[in-house]
This record gives sequence, structure tokens and C-alpha cells, in this order.
Amino acid sequence: MSRPQSEAEYLARLVPASVSATSSRRTVLKGALGAGAALGGAGLLAACGGSSSGGTDATAGASGSAAATGGEVTFGSNASDEIPKKVVQALADGFKAASGTTVKINTQDHNTFQENINNYLQGKPDDVFTWFAGYRMRFFASKGLAGDVSDVWKNLTGFTDGFKSASTGDDGKQYFVPSSYYPWAVFYRKSVWTEKGYTVPKTLDELKTLSTQMKKDGLDPIAFGDKDGWPAMGTFDVLNMRINGYQFHIDLMAHKVAWDDPKVQKVFSTWAELLPFHQADPLGRTWQEAAQAVQNKKAGMYLLGLFVTQEMTANLDDVDFFTFPEIDSTIGADALDAPIDGFMKAAKPKDDARANALLTWLGGKDAGAVYAKTDPTTLIANSEVDTSGYTALQKKSAELVGSAKNIAQFLDRDTRPDFASTVMIPAIQTFLKDPKDVQGLCKSIEGQAKTIFTS
Amino acid sequence: MTVGGSDLPVVNPATVAKAPAGGSHKGAPRGGRVRRLTGNDRIVVFAMVIVPLFLTMVFVVLPAIASVVLSFASWDGIGGVSNIKWIGFENYKNIATNYPPFWPAIRHNVLWLVVLFFIATPLGMFFAVILDKNIRFSRFYQTPIYLPVVLSLALIGFIWQLQYSRDFGLINAILQFLGLQEPDEAIDWFGDPNIAIWAALAASAWRHAGYIMLLYLAGLKGVDPSLREAASVDGANEVKTFFSIVFPVLRPINIIVVVITVIESLRAFDLVWIINKGRNGLELISALVTSNVTGEASRIGFGSALATIMLAISLIFITIYLATIFKEEEQ
Repeated sequence: MSRPQSEAEYLARLVPASVSATSSRRTVLKGALGAGAALGGAGLLAACGGSSSGGTDATAGASGSAAATGGEVTFGSNASDEIPKKVVQALADGFKAASGTTVKINTQDHNTFQENINNYLQGKPDDVFTWFAGYRMRFFASKGLAGDVSDVWKNLTGFTDGFKSASTGDDGKQYFVPSSYYPWAVFYRKSVWTEKGYTVPKTLDELKTLSTQMKKDGLDPIAFGDKDGWPAMGTFDVLNMRINGYQFHIDLMAHKVAWDDPKVQKVFSTWAELLPFHQADPLGRTWQEAAQAVQNKKAGMYLLGLFVTQEMTANLDDVDFFTFPEIDSTIGADALDAPIDGFMKAAKPKDDARANALLTWLGGKDAGAVYAKTDPTTLIANSEVDTSGYTALQKKSAELVGSAKNIAQFLDRDTRPDFASTVMIPAIQTFLKDPKDVQGLCKSIEGQAKTIFTS
Repeated sequence: MTVGGSDLPVVNPATVAKAPAGGSHKGAPRGGRVRRLTGNDRIVVFAMVIVPLFLTMVFVVLPAIASVVLSFASWDGIGGVSNIKWIGFENYKNIATNYPPFWPAIRHNVLWLVVLFFIATPLGMFFAVILDKNIRFSRFYQTPIYLPVVLSLALIGFIWQLQYSRDFGLINAILQFLGLQEPDEAIDWFGDPNIAIWAALAASAWRHAGYIMLLYLAGLKGVDPSLREAASVDGANEVKTFFSIVFPVLRPINIIVVVITVIESLRAFDLVWIINKGRNGLELISALVTSNVTGEASRIGFGSALATIMLAISLIFITIYLATIFKEEEQ
């Protein structure tokens, strides 16, 4: 639920809270002014939380949710939007009912939480806190800023190996408990496609043929907006994984491969071939505006995360999607971005037993059921959770991710955040302005990558 | 303003009687300054010097020095001082040669200063002079011009997004309504880097002009009317009266206006940040500092080097300003 936060945060400053009473969790806007106050208060709250930990609990094992009853555990939450906030409250209530332990929730503005994570973890973090799988999680683990939750994993069931490896740090131990995820795919309106007789493209050539046809029909084939810098990363990711495969993506994100490698240049040059089919002038358009183009039947399709459907709530039954088509038959089309949200434990929780008990419960079926019931726009990580209440889109998304061989987190979650935000966003925007000089662009990225990854 | 009340028969500002050197303390004898301070006075003076000095040190000088020191380091903000790697001028070298947004940012900062100084500030002064004429509904006009200064940044960002949005914006809609633009030729106000900077400058000038207008209007209201009467008796027209009499009399305000303009253009940040985080044609040094230092990026050393460059540029203006002020005080 983190992805579009820069946009949400941006909008949060623009729209008065009273105006924004929609139910969409990404566009529901929190008064950003409250963020500072929430931040200031969090440290204090964290400091006084968990003080009731009894001496007898210290001996309770990780699995001892039965042993560690009563008392209190602190929970740092970035769920500042309306629906996620409800989810967290429902989870806290559920844990209280199950164990008798009170969960003290410290909510911070989503974006503020993310930007202050370094200070937060080095200060007095809450026992359990919200975070994402990916590079940053492993980075905190290797720096000793996150707690080992391998013991919790011994009691978790219903997670595929994919989720487990996404929760594992560089040292082979687990540091993360997944809760939800969403896939990136190409979304379109069924009515438009039926009317014009379009079929889902299976290869790049078919995609190009389809796009050419859409142009003839007066549509912008691929909706596109990159004003905030991150949405185009999704296009880069999927092209890279289709052309060079998942492992190359991971190696590239870790800078084990140079950015001026011909394989990277091929990603950009393939993208350049597709750019004429994208909506023109993406750099002044937000993803919401691009989604509106699909919603208003002015654009044919849109590659984005499942959250795009929040802009189409009026016609949700008319929305369908497909995974990005194959480019190289030896690589296939079985990798995709599907960022995972979940929970982590502080390196030195005030109450380790209760923190573990909470994490065990959060990874379990009951918490998943609460999540599924309260937030219909995301997918539950635990496969044992009853998902009969899923919408058609949710079901199809779950199938898509379930059939994927490899799941990436997203460019800015799979690599260093300093590299993603200060190098890749400007670089991709430069590319979109001038797609011709791919070689110069890759050289420039590599030059900057070297200084960042060696520091 | 500096020229006394209306009972003072002042004709030319250059010949205005200066205030007595000892200040307006009527009760104090001439040699009063040599008198020793009482205990209470000492405490008060001590507190008045020490407290601001302490605050300045803690919140301005020390962080500035820390920035300069850290600009020679490589540090991700995690762990203590022992994790800091000292890398000499590497950050500066990287900024100049290996950081594409830097030179555009320098250009944009200069452009910002030039536009505010030569367009927005004169415009604000012009508004003030017009409104000072006691025309009808003066207050009515005053409000919309000053409104941008009062509005919160959140609203300003929202307003300009509504104006400039390529697909849904008011400006493109009007152009298309008037038949001046085809829908597929819509101008990408915020997306085209060559246009975005001017779009942002227009938004910035809109606010700056209102600010300057208010400052200047306050100054104009304080100008002794007898000055103008005298000028008109001497046969000066409106324009001449303003440039020969009013403008020189408003010297203190003029200095404030210049200083504010320079400060505003150097610290220009909020608008570009809310538009697109200072990317894609809206690069400014301040935005680059923020995107490198704050947030998850935490390129503390690199960002500090950028901040130090900004400090150096600011120092040039501060030095010029202080030099001018001191020179005058000597005269």
C-alpha cells in the first residue's frame, strides 16, 4: 500500500480533508499537516509503550502467544490513509481478543514514516512496525536495525517459498512477515475491447499491431503518466524482465551488472520503439490523470499496479487486465512486479515475546481474514486465508501472481533508495524527453551508480 | 517612516534633520552612556545578548559548520560518527561532473532571481503605487493581489495544478475553447522542461508581486503627503514625483524589498517541490539538497556538499548587502 504515496502525499496537501471523503485508500487524503505532530509524538509514545512487560514473560518462547498474554505491545504504523488505518485498528482489536495483549498503535503519515525510517529505527522504534519486502528490508537487517523473526516463521503456515525468500535477509534469517501484495499488469476496459474486437496480445509484435490499430481507432494505445517519477519505473522493470529475465533484474538492481551493459541499452531502445504508442507528454501527467484516460475510454490500456482500479471504481466490473506480453521466447513472461507489504520487528523490542506473538498472529489466518474483509483492493499473502470474498479482479490478480515464477518488488524497492530517487527518476524522465541517446543515458546512469554503490 | 510626523516642514529628504544621536531618550543626560549599569540591567543585557547568540549558534552556525564538514564525507546517516568515511572533495567533483541535475539547478536559481528582481518586484511596486492613489474599490483590488501570500502552499499547489494540467487544466481548456489549440496539441505546462520553469516562475511571481505590493503599500502610506504637495506645487508630474521624491524617501523599504527578493529567489523551493519535487526542468539547488538529504535517500555527504554550494552563493549576496549597509552607516 505504499506505492503511490508520493502522489497521495502530494494530493493530500492539495485537497481539504472534507472534500476527500472517498473510500479509495490511495486517494483518501490525510491532512499532511498532522504528519509533523504525529511524528513528534511517536517517539514519546514509543518510549512509554511496553513498559508493562512482566519478568515472567521473558522466558516465553517465540511461539508463546499463549504464554505472553495480557500486557501491551507497541506497533508503529504507516497506515495513515482511511482504509489502511481501519485495517490496522481491526488487526489490533483482533489480537487483543485473541491474546489479551493490548496493541498500542502509533500511526504516522505514510510518506513521513518512509522518509524518516532511518531515524526511526535508530531511535526508539516500536516493537513491531509496518514495512515492505525488498532491498531496504535486507539492508536494515544487515545493519542490525531489524529484529530476527526466524522463530516466528517456524510457526507460520500458508506462505509460499516465494514469500519466504522475499522475507529473508542476506544472512538467511527471516526479518519480515508478509501481509499483502498487489501485481503490476496491463489494465483495460472490457467494453472498449469487445466493441473494437481487440484481443489480448501475447507477444511484443502483437502488442505493436494492437497499438497501431488503436491509434487508427482514435485511441491513445497506452496511457502513461510520470509526473511523480516512479510510475515509469514499472515499465522499465517489466521490459527488463521480459528482455533479460528476472535474475538480470536482481543483479542490475544490486549493481552487479553495469548500467551501460548492452542488455540495459536494449531495454531502453525497446521502450523507445514503444514510446510512440504511449500517451504523449507523460511528464506533466499524474498516474491518476492517466488512469482517467482509460476510464474515459480515451486510452486503450495502462500498465500500472492493481491500485489503478481505485480510479475506476464506477466501472470496476468493466476492468480487466493481462500480464505484459512476452518479448523473448527464451525468457518468457512469467516474471512481474508484485510489491509485498508486511511487518518487521525492532532490533531490540521492549517486549520480545509479545512482539513475536503479535507477528505470529499477524501472519496467521485470522489476521488475513480481517485484512481481506476490511480492505478489498489488495491481496492477502497467506494462502490459507479464506478469499471467497475476493472480487473478480482480486481473484484474477491472485492467480496471476500465483502462476508467476519470479516476483520482483519494484525498481525502487529492489535497489538502494538513494540510487532510485536521485539517479533513476531523473534518468528515466530524461529518457522520456529524449529517447534517442540511449547510450549516453546509460553511461550517465552507470557513472552515478558507481559513486553511489561504492560509497 | 524615517521622515518625522507631518508637523515637520520637510521639503527635501536629503536635508531632513537627523534624529539626535543619543536616541529619543529624553530623560537621559548626554553622558548617560558611561554610567554603570545596575545589577538588573546587566542581567537583562546579558540575557538579551546570550539567548539570541545561543540560539543562533545552535540553530544556524553549528548546523552550517556541520554541513560544510559533512560535505567532505560519505555517510548514509546510519550508525555513529565512526561510520563516516572521509572522501575529500569527491562529492564536489561528483556534483560538478557526474550529477546531471546540478547545472540546470544553478541556471534555474539565477533565472529565478532575475525574473523576481526585474519582473515580479517592479510589478508589485507598481500595484502598490496604483492602489495608493485612493482609486475607488482600492481595497477590493488589493485583496486578490495579496491573496496568494495568505494562501497556504497546499492550496497554491492545487490551484496551479488545476490551471496547468495538460489534460484537465483550465488554461488548455480555455485555449481549446477559443480555438487556439487542438486537443492533441495540448501544451504540457508542467511536463515540458522548457515550459515548466516559466510556468513555475509565473506562479512564483504571482505570489511574490503580492508580497512586495503589501510591503510597499505600507511604506507609501507612511510618506508625508506634504512632500507630494510641495512637489506638485513645484510643478512635478506624477512620474517625476514618484522617482524624485517618493522613491528616495522610501529607501529603507527599498532595501528591504531588494533583500526579500534575493532571499525569496535563493530559497525558492516550496513551489517546485510541490509541483514535481524539483525534477524535470524545475531543478533548484534547494530541491536537490532536500531530495538527497531527507527521505530514504540519505546521501548526507553529497547533499551537504550541495548545501555548502548554496551557502557559498548566499554568502556572496549577504556580503554585498552587508557591505552596502556598513558603508552607509559610516557616511
